[in-house]
Amino acid sequence: MKTAKEILSRAAGLFLIFTLLCGVAYTGIVTGFAQVLFPNQANGSIIEADGVKYGSELLGQTYTDDAHLWGRIMNLDVTTYQDADGDTLLYSAPSNLSPTSEEYAALIAARVEKIRGANPAMDEKAIPVDLVTCSGSGLDPHISPAAAEYQVARIAAASNKSEAKIREIIAACTTGKFLGIFGEETVNVLETNLMLDGILPA
Amino acid sequence: MAGSIIQYVLYLTILVALAIPLGAYIKRVMYGEKTTFSKIFTPCERAVYKVLRIKGDEDMTWKQYLVSILIFSGIGFVFLFLLQLLQGVLPGNPQGLGGVNWDLSFNTAASFVTNTNWQAYSGEATLSYLTQALGLTVQNFVSAATGIAVLFALIRGFTKVKEKGLGSFWVDMTRIIVQILLPLNLAITLLLVGGGVVQSLKSAETVTLLEPVAVSAEGEILEDAVIDLAAKTVSVDGKIVSDAEIVTEQFVPLGPAASQIAIKQTGTNGGGFFGVNSAHPLENPSAFTNLIEMISLLLIPAALCFTFGKAVQNKKQGTAIFLAMFLMLAAALGVLAVNEQNAATALSENSAVDVSMADQAGGNMEGKESRFGIVASATWAAFTTAASNGSVNSMHDSYTPLGGMVQMLQMQLGEVIFGGVGCGLYGMLAFAILTVFIAGLMVGRTPEFLGKKIEPYEMKWAVLMCLATPIAILVGSGAAAMVPEVAQSLNNSGAHGFSELLYAFSSAGGNNGSAFAGFNANTVFLDVSLGLVMLFARFLPIAGTLAIAGSLAGKKRIAMTAGTLSTTNGMFVFLLIFVVLLIGALSFFPALALGPLAEFFGGIA
Repeated sequence: MKTAKEILSRAAGLFLIFTLLCGVAYTGIVTGFAQVLFPNQANGSIIEADGVKYGSELLGQTYTDDAHLWGRIMNLDVTTYQDADGDTLLYSAPSNLSPTSEEYAALIAARVEKIRGANPAMDEKAIPVDLVTCSGSGLDPHISPAAAEYQVARIAAASNKSEAKIREIIAACTTGKFLGIFGEETVNVLETNLMLDGILPA
Repeated sequence: MAGSIIQYVLYLTILVALAIPLGAYIKRVMYGEKTTFSKIFTPCERAVYKVLRIKGDEDMTWKQYLVSILIFSGIGFVFLFLLQLLQGVLPGNPQGLGGVNWDLSFNTAASFVTNTNWQAYSGEATLSYLTQALGLTVQNFVSAATGIAVLFALIRGFTKVKEKGLGSFWVDMTRIIVQILLPLNLAITLLLVGGGVVQSLKSAETVTLLEPVAVSAEGEILEDAVIDLAAKTVSVDGKIVSDAEIVTEQFVPLGPAASQIAIKQTGTNGGGFFGVNSAHPLENPSAFTNLIEMISLLLIPAALCFTFGKAVQNKKQGTAIFLAMFLMLAAALGVLAVNEQNAATALSENSAVDVSMADQAGGNMEGKESRFGIVASATWAAFTTAASNGSVNSMHDSYTPLGGMVQMLQMQLGEVIFGGVGCGLYGMLAFAILTVFIAGLMVGRTPEFLGKKIEPYEMKWAVLMCLATPIAILVGSGAAAMVPEVAQSLNNSGAHGFSELLYAFSSAGGNNGSAFAGFNANTVFLDVSLGLVMLFARFLPIAGTLAIAGSLAGKKRIAMTAGTLSTTNGMFVFLLIFVVLLIGALSFFPALALGPLAEFFGGIA
């Protein structure tokens, strides 16, 4: 018959070994492989041009300039993160609102009004749902092709580019479904805007 | 439309196609048989035994097995609790985060030791890399392994005849971790990193915003402000706002994420490295990573059904249980898919918003990512609440009322629709015991299951196991509803606010870990009460399972006769589903009527 003391020492020994195996060795080996094989992805998929880090390919930013493509609605967070100098860093969070609430209906109505005002060329055309909703992360870097197409006329009017050129840039920043089946077709908003601004080669 | 249906069908098909061979592999490993990888893994396994002087043929009674689990989990709990309290003075903390307060540490330790992974915090703002890797990643592995170990103890109860022992907890744990979980997750992690998930020990990045943002002294965003970067001034309607701050940089969190994300999925843990879990683009960047994460979420629970059939030498029994689970999952997925695609009326805003599927996912996109759309989000939501995983790739709080209700119901049914690794299946077997008992009463025969007589002792424990979840959820949410301060934690008002509270306790009571995340669960009362609910709902069923296993192992095997009730045919599958739904519906209809049902009918009126 085993005593509780024997079980205790065995449990502690096993816990220590698993901590070393799963916490130290596994995490360490994986980090090593990742840094060697996929250094860009493993470090946040940062877009760098001329020595400036223009954001992460995978994190959405907020846009109000008519000459830029706009992304999903962001619920901006300016209180949680600061850099070493104490300057505020932008982050974002999901809304977690119920889509049936009155508060939510009022928010949607306000967004519809704002987007209609900014896109007079689209007149009464229904606005693609991506443009009036907050995403799951609050940091969604993408919108649907329908949401991008809706903004082409506005961007053309606010910049000196033709609609054809803008569509060409959007197409270059569009990723299809995985294997043509899984997920959705998406347009990367930051990449599109960096090309519109000429920071990335279009 | 057709494309969506193909996607739904393929997700389910890929899952089953991978689960069957994995189930066979797990069986071989756990019975010490030769596998393709034995040459590499068996020496590693032996090395662990040698260091700890564990005997490979040790045979524990059910009480010894239970005490071993409790002590092992207790050590993990204390270690994780202290690690969080002390992380501020420990290394591996490039963001310089402070120690976690005691109630949140208690909650998180309880949460990860019980395989729940409920999170009342945001990883990137609260936990150091050391805490994540040494504390959480390790518990992700060992809590999952514990669930699988208990399942095998129960399987031995069915297969052994007139014996006392149920095997060795130490051997079971070592085999599961060394031969199953570690290799599987090494492979998955590399796929995830290749797909863009971060895996780094560097401190977080800061990057330049293309369009700076102006923030008032009160922390409000000044939406229509004109920003002059050269002069560093902000003006609104032509007037300069002197105390406004111009934010020019964005926070990009990093950390050893991919390694933890792989095991959080395969071990049905669900605790995100980042606060918004697999909705975060750095945790789940593409449809490719989403496919891998989503399939791995249900892979082991589904595989274990087939393992079970092989281990009890009755493959049809494994298939029957798999079918009962699969049918319930498919039904839940159907309800979720239809409700989310149809969207809520508030969203279409008198047809000003396009929710169709033309060149976009359409539907209720609030809280959902563009790259996943409705199909991959609804499928994940169905999988994660079925599997007691609790990771999310969309915000459940923003689902339609009936979509949210299905998520809650899957947890409230006791997490037996596949459920957590190991625990889902042993929970379902308790329901199977209940089913043969009820069926036995109807035909007037002594109930038996897999050649073992089911008697009052097993019945008492099985009933306790089946009722543990409803008791934990209803007592917990009932008590919390009486505490006035809890109302301040709600993010939505009215019926949906009550749903947030009910969801929190359903998640804790089902050891799921997902949330209606608007709910602020980080208060002393909620941290402690949810922590206690998780511990109760985890360890009572473990005790029940082992007690039943110990009793069954000591019994003789009775021969099948013409009068024996078949437990492998369609009738049994139907009865099993019926019993699961009956207990769930009777327990939770009143609570659901106050939450999601009230919200749904409120929307129609």
